Amino acid sequence: MAQFRFDMPSQVRAGEVFKLRLLVQHPMETGYLLDVNNQRISRNVINDMRCTYLGQEVFRIEPSSGLSANPYVEFFLRATQTGEIAIDWVDDRGERGQVKRTLTVV
Amino acid sequence: MPSPATPRRDWLQACLGASAWTAWRGAWATWVGSAALGLATVPRAQAQGMVSGKLLSLRDMLDPIVAGARVVRSGVNIETLVLADNGLSVPFRVWVDSPMTAQDHVTDLWLLSQRNPVTVMAKMRMGPHLGRAEFSTRVRLAGGQQLVALARLSSGEFRYQVADLIVTEAGCVDGS
Repeated sequence: MAQFRFDMPSQVRAGEVFKLRLLVQHPMETGYLLDVNNQRISRNVINDMRCTYLGQEVFRIEPSSGLSANPYVEFFLRATQTGEIAIDWVDDRGERGQVKRTLTVV
Repeated sequence: MPSPATPRRDWLQACLGASAWTAWRGAWATWVGSAALGLATVPRAQAQGMVSGKLLSLRDMLDPIVAGARVVRSGVNIETLVLADNGLSVPFRVWVDSPMTAQDHVTDLWLLSQRNPVTVMAKMRMGPHLGRAEFSTRVRLAGGQQLVALARLSSGEFRYQVADLIVTEAGCVDGS
């Protein structure tokens, strides 16, 4: 299970636009580097990351090797009603990660 | 803006002439081989399958995505470094002037690199739920280049902005 850091407010006003920040621990191997035995290290990047809010996909990122190791993403959402926010990601090896938080709209 | 440098071997080849070049290269390979570094005889950039130092034109970067649609250089803003010490992790923020309503919003956003082996660094699907068309990340860059942020609006129009960066040390350890 991948390590990550996630930050978002736990409580927002209805209609407010708030910031979400996510930092995932991942090597984001480009597939161009060689290991100590001169063998090519196969590409392994997070290739898909989706954010769902109230069960609906609201934001999706498809990174390539162009994002740095331990990718950091920051984006915004508009609060409509209290519900679950989830971000799911998967890498080239099929390893998955997920963060789930409940947003309370007051 | 950094211009694409002539590779040293091309320059030498031009100076020495073909036959002298072949002789010089043989001598060089022998010398390197004797240095007990077997891998040094293989050109590293080629071993890694990279097209190093190749700079794409703006048209090459945009055309595969916009496919003939209207594209304007306005309404997209980029905040990044002017000079990066290395290309491993360069902060990059992009935001699009858009009300992000159901009628008028950004549907897609691309981060494009002029020099990286993979031109599309990231592709984003956006929508009116975001409230603000803004995205920040850290990108990996294979040297100094221009970066393009390209946005597709719900009207079908494309907008973009270009940022010039100088990267002292590339994000890939291949000398590109």
